[in-house]
Amino acid sequence: MSARTLFDKIWQSHVVFEEEGQPTLLYIDLHLVHEVTSPQAFEGLRLSDRMVRRPDLTFATQDHNVPTTDRSIPVEDPISAKQMEVLRQNCEEFGITLFGLSINADLQGIVHVIGPDLGLTKPGMTIVCGDSHTSTHGAFGSLAFGIGTSEVEHVLATQCLRQTRPKEFEIRIEGERGYGVSAKDIILNIIGHIGTAGATGTVVEYRGSAIEALTMEERMTVCNMSIEAGARAGMIAPDKTTFEYVKGRRYAPEGAEYESALSEWKELKTDPGAHFDKTVTLVADKIVPQVSWGTNPGMVTGITDKVPDPADIEDENNRKATVSALEYMGLKPGTPIQDIKLDRVFIGSCTNSRVRDLTEAAKVVKGKKVAPSVNAMVVPGSQIIKLQAEQLGLDKIFKEAGFEWRESGCSMCLGMNPDILMPGERCASTSNRNFEGRQGKGGRTHLVSPAMAAAAAIEGHFVDVRNLDLDKEI
Amino acid sequence: MEPLERVTGIVAPFDRMNVDTDQIIPKQFLKRIERTGFGEFLFFDWRFNEDGTLNPDFELNQEHLEGANILLTSHNFGSGSSREHAPWALREYGFQAIIAPSFADIFYNNCFKNAILPVMLSEDIVKELFAKTDEKKGYQLTVDLDSQTITGEDGWSATFDIDPFKKRSLLEGLDDIAHSLQHESKIDEYEIKHAAHMKWATPNQVQ
Ligand code: SF4
Repeated sequence: MSARTLFDKIWQSHVVFEEEGQPTLLYIDLHLVHEVTSPQAFEGLRLSDRMVRRPDLTFATQDHNVPTTDRSIPVEDPISAKQMEVLRQNCEEFGITLFGLSINADLQGIVHVIGPDLGLTKPGMTIVCGDSHTSTHGAFGSLAFGIGTSEVEHVLATQCLRQTRPKEFEIRIEGERGYGVSAKDIILNIIGHIGTAGATGTVVEYRGSAIEALTMEERMTVCNMSIEAGARAGMIAPDKTTFEYVKGRRYAPEGAEYESALSEWKELKTDPGAHFDKTVTLVADKIVPQVSWGTNPGMVTGITDKVPDPADIEDENNRKATVSALEYMGLKPGTPIQDIKLDRVFIGSCTNSRVRDLTEAAKVVKGKKVAPSVNAMVVPGSQIIKLQAEQLGLDKIFKEAGFEWRESGCSMCLGMNPDILMPGERCASTSNRNFEGRQGKGGRTHLVSPAMAAAAAIEGHFVDVRNLDLDKEI
Repeated sequence: MEPLERVTGIVAPFDRMNVDTDQIIPKQFLKRIERTGFGEFLFFDWRFNEDGTLNPDFELNQEHLEGANILLTSHNFGSGSSREHAPWALREYGFQAIIAPSFADIFYNNCFKNAILPVMLSEDIVKELFAKTDEKKGYQLTVDLDSQTITGEDGWSATFDIDPFKKRSLLEGLDDIAHSLQHESKIDEYEIKHAAHMKWATPNQVQ
């Protein structure tokens, strides 16, 4: 057999049916569902009198709309409450396990956080969800991608999806990253380099020594933002780090089954000489902490840099986009990034809300106070993470510094719940999108790593975390 | 889904790059549990002023574009979230075809499930079209899916590529699920094989 990529191996082992001139019918091992993109899919099933084919491979959570304040109080927004209630009813009617506000509440969390948390996400699987950041799960060496609501309905009814084979894109990050440089900086740097459409139509495999050195949580941060470069999916070959992480989790295989899984997982890597349609190599040593200055995640620069000047940009489209981004962001060309002052700081989202992220932020915060002009909050990705963080005492560190410590959910990543920016407010955010209005109409988002966000909260403006002591004991 | 063969009408020029789904339909409108009712909120933050009146400076609010059903736009249209609410809003507002040099993947796919024809043309041709809509307000085009051609009211024309399966599903208004279920026995077979091979992929039944 000729040399195959990781992607080839997973794709081929999931082909149900293929016919010339038609997209492949691909089997789906895990279908994750949330309240925003599913109601119309369940309604479609009912209208055509169809069942959920594999409720045992389907798991749901309430995450986008949930309030992150006191859970004993009923949800105030009646439309949010209704959407969540409809998901609960659908799960009950079709026999789907729900991790919600009132059911399995101790396991509730952001859909892309709980999959890995619970051991639902494993190497070699095909995973879909009506949500673009499904790419997160690719960190385990699975093929995971976001789908629309019509496709959600299709998967519910058939446990399959029709897919045309994407192209394959190899992104290599070689070398060793420097002190204070996080996985978030790596992926922001990649997007800045290839652009927000740089990976459109492709599945990205991240490779190279700097990728292999990442922890599981860091790999999730990288794969999470693949979609921000336009990729269908991002993936990283599973290795010892992956196997250890999966072991012992709630839905992970045990004993002999784990051993047999392990022998299959070890085969999940790109063979030497396998073909990629495209390759880009970046050097980790050159990456510095990143801050986005514009209105898409490709508009990003280093912490020691300045806001770009449209006058220096030759390409007309690019110049126009820069002018309008700076206008929206209320930034003057040439402003040093470290002079940008913040009103809000948000640490959370499926990109950066795991224990490691919160620990990195806590190290910066410990023993300090949030700047008086800043309102800062931490929103753990799941209830499991919240509990783990509290066992480590992270909640106390944050609270003593003046951060709000919240319940888990998507929160201010997109502000479908009450956590939103006011018009003109400027926020350092560990989330993944800085689109206009993403965190609230007129809100201005700067994407950064957890340590960078924490440091900005303390100083009231962006600072270079490489100048801080980041190795403190917690 | 209703079949879509041909779209004739006014072209709305919308010369912006990277228009994301958060702009097409902002999140505060994603709470509906129906597939309808999104059109009035299309491009909400751009289309309306703070006080709810129409923003006269917004491209699509120009009088001569009333009833436009073809959207002409720039690179990477529909980037960001997978929300199908975006094509629902565009379709309900009246757009049946979208012409751009490139689209974001998930959005592109979602269009075909909702009787919208996304047409990818080279950047040069898209520029030519922008120039035409500039010269003549309310410039009209016909997009014909069967022959894969676009023809202007002035006789200008171009052809476009499209995946044959996607084309057929739009032309016939195919029910994707029904079509896949024709292979149900293949899915059954696969599941038996797969269950033996990848037993570990099925979550443990936790009590
Ligand atoms: S945290 Fe943000 S990006 Fe992640 S699933 Fe929630 S809304 Fe989407």
